[in-house]
Amino acid sequence: MDADVIIIGAGVVGAALAYGVAKTGRTVVVLDGGDRDLRAARANFGLVWVQGKGSDAPAYSLLTRQSSDLWPEFRNELANRSPLALDYSRPGGLAFCLSETEYENRAAINERTHNQGAEADTAMVDRAELERMLPALTLGPDVVGASYCKLDGHVNPLQLLASLHHAIPSMGGKIMFRNPVEKIVPVAGGFNVIAAQGTLQAPRVIVAAGLATPTLTEPLGLSVPLRSERGQILVTERLAPILPFPGSGLRQSADGTIMIGATNENVADIGVTVSSATQLALRAMRIVPALGSARLVRQWAGMRVLPLDKTPIYAESLDYPGLFAAACHSGVTLAAAHAAMIAPAMASGHLPDQFAPFSNGRFNVQKCA
Amino acid sequence: MFRSVLEGPTAQADMTVLVNGAETPAWDGETVAGVLLRVPGAGRTSAVTGEPRLPYCQMGVCFDCLAIVDGVASTQGCLVPVKPGMRIESQQGAREIGR
Amino acid sequence: MIHDVVVIGAGPAGMSAAVQLRKLGASVLVVDEQPAPGGQIWRGIERNASGPIAVALGPDYQKGRALTAAFRASGAEYSPSTQVWQIEDEWTLFLTSEGKARRVRARAVLLSNGAQERPVPFPGWTLPGVMTVGAAQILLKSGGMLPQGNVWIAGAGPLPLLYATQVLGLKGQISGFLDTSRGLNLAALAKLPAAWRDLPSLAKGLKWQRELRRNGRMIRGVSDLRAEGNGRLQQLEWTAGGVRRKAKADVLLVHEGVVPRIHETLALGCDHDWNPAQKYFAARSNRWGETSRPGLFVAGDASGIGGWTAATVSGEIAALGLAGHLGIKVDTEALRRENQLDGRRSRALALRPFLDALYTPPTTSIADDVVVCRCEEVTAGTIRKVARTSTSDPNAIKAATRCGMGPCQGRQCGYTVQAILAEVHNLPVGDVSFFNIRPPLKPITLGEIASLGELEDAE
Repeated sequence: MDADVIIIGAGVVGAALAYGVAKTGRTVVVLDGGDRDLRAARANFGLVWVQGKGSDAPAYSLLTRQSSDLWPEFRNELANRSPLALDYSRPGGLAFCLSETEYENRAAINERTHNQGAEADTAMVDRAELERMLPALTLGPDVVGASYCKLDGHVNPLQLLASLHHAIPSMGGKIMFRNPVEKIVPVAGGFNVIAAQGTLQAPRVIVAAGLATPTLTEPLGLSVPLRSERGQILVTERLAPILPFPGSGLRQSADGTIMIGATNENVADIGVTVSSATQLALRAMRIVPALGSARLVRQWAGMRVLPLDKTPIYAESLDYPGLFAAACHSGVTLAAAHAAMIAPAMASGHLPDQFAPFSNGRFNVQKCA
Repeated sequence: MFRSVLEGPTAQADMTVLVNGAETPAWDGETVAGVLLRVPGAGRTSAVTGEPRLPYCQMGVCFDCLAIVDGVASTQGCLVPVKPGMRIESQQGAREIGR
Repeated sequence: MIHDVVVIGAGPAGMSAAVQLRKLGASVLVVDEQPAPGGQIWRGIERNASGPIAVALGPDYQKGRALTAAFRASGAEYSPSTQVWQIEDEWTLFLTSEGKARRVRARAVLLSNGAQERPVPFPGWTLPGVMTVGAAQILLKSGGMLPQGNVWIAGAGPLPLLYATQVLGLKGQISGFLDTSRGLNLAALAKLPAAWRDLPSLAKGLKWQRELRRNGRMIRGVSDLRAEGNGRLQQLEWTAGGVRRKAKADVLLVHEGVVPRIHETLALGCDHDWNPAQKYFAARSNRWGETSRPGLFVAGDASGIGGWTAATVSGEIAALGLAGHLGIKVDTEALRRENQLDGRRSRALALRPFLDALYTPPTTSIADDVVVCRCEEVTAGTIRKVARTSTSDPNAIKAATRCGMGPCQGRQCGYTVQAILAEVHNLPVGDVSFFNIRPPLKPITLGEIASLGELEDAE
């Protein structure tokens, strides 16, 4: 055996799981794809976000809150294990509402989440209150108010990924970049993972290969139903601080850049378009008109990894014990939970019942119903 | 640091521009970046560490000539010819966007 | 309205292509970042017609006058002070001038946007007072500006020699010329016989060198340059002949050759080739200048460094290629022969292999404390730290350090990151790629982008 656990995918999901496995003292090898593969982890907006998540899925809502609470310690530990900067803060976050309808819809989402049993951690703030919270800027006339969740925060997602990549080897783990996996073959006591740089063997294998996950797991009967969705993001030059709270679709990073996102497009290619940039710029300027003078430095697109019901999938093969899959859209928000909760469970060989709502079995139930 | 050969005790400047409020002679064909090099202390400070910078490449690729020109921040000074009465201001650190 | 061709850049290649395309009956829009035609080589050509600056700039500069006049008379639409910030498929170009964004359409595009000086970081290169030789020459062409005080030139290549001669011709002062070239080496000598085909240029270079030597200002075999000062350049240090030397300095002008502008072709996903002698990428193009993207052409230094004479010829060739692409009824092969385009181009390029071998790009390892990314102020040490645990993919460095994420979008640090990755991973430099280039090609305000929405509504 080459390791206790092999993880396929060194994106933010695979890397956080590997970090968590390494923390349990087990040996872990992470196999990553090619330089030009789709990388949602490098296209991320960087919110560590609670409000609105899982408003129709109580278990997801709970896991999100747990991860959000685990994040400060996760960040500090990780920062101690890597020499790289890792900008993270949790000042609470805003979802801006640009019409009465948006405001009412947002209030209804909060209500629904609360009724599922979540703490009352999210509140609607009206325009006057919002103006007091954002003294350095003038809000556009369309801004009615916002939803404010005190648990929300943000992180530099690229620094997060780089820090994980730095920490894993320092904890005895190994990352093999440019080593795309061809297939997983069950053998006695574990699996052979056949990859470009050779075959590796381990008793446990976790597939966290983003949109490529199903192609690796489905031949072994482990179904991971995903769809992709393109999201385009804009980022400006560095600006003096104006936005002390991250917002959905609008946040100022610790570097001073303003990030504006993201589109939801049902297309297959990873290109960017000026028409999307126009839409994103228009909405940002409806919130903060002065942003009209800020210069766009970069625009990029990523492919969201979306389970069909948007709730994360943590799947365990019944036919081949020791084979797992992890796929979700919220890899940054859930990174702390992945490291602290999911990784130790998968590494020990079995997902406890508390994660049953995230099993892939739920899709079969829907199919039967 | 730089001086125009057109400059001289008797030569008349083609125009006057304002550099951080001070009237400054300028010549046709000159760019904002050229003016920044003739006026001591007119350069920018960098956006990360705030260290002083002056135009480096003059051909639009280095962005060390960023200045506030007639109120427009992060303007590439090397691409903008001077005009009479033009207001040129130093851009300090990460820029502000106003309200 | 759809233009037959949008030409980007109005230097030697762009102007000559535009003139030829107009002769062939194509409608042409020339978009130029500069306020007047001529490119960098002939910058200010229409203004510097006479007087001491015109004399000092020399006969090659004045040769631009005829082509510029022909371009003005060609009937090509000219949009000066205009930046292209995005190019979308077949072909929509997004432009901005005077703070207003607009969009134009074209059946084909010619990129003739030239070169930039190769950025070579060394300790102190971000200090005020340090700039490139090309920058100083542009200041001379566009305002008659001469450097003052203790002025030093450091580097290699024909441009520093030419510039020094021009400064001396205007009674300017140069405290010293720090020659970082390897001097006449075997590789260069091997290329010399071919170079004789361009005897005048060869003679010119020798004359410039003689003049500098006569004035006792030439210091050869210079390495380990360092600029120092408190808030501005005050002192230089270098090694020559095994001895470390120091000098007072107010202005330091550096130059280590030029490299093609490739952001546009990289962003558009064109195939590129690595030039191992001069260590740069250039878009691969066929014998008509067409890139791997049909309808997208390159000419002049943007397609590989060849100098202005070769650029004018490659502009004419690309114009014929574009005519073929547009379906203009003309025998392009016959015109190519009649105008002796291949012969003229190979003569224009005769000196190039000699120059490439004489002035090889520097290979010195960059010290850890030197800033590599001028925008984001990322040091070589930080890049190395990340490179040791990442792949040799520059995008991994960019993601982890913000190197290349500032307003210059990697134009100043791309090749340095490539070199450091090659060094850390023990790879040939050419095996490491360049950054992924994301739009916009030049930073543009959100307000300008948003204004395109209103434009859409009006249409």
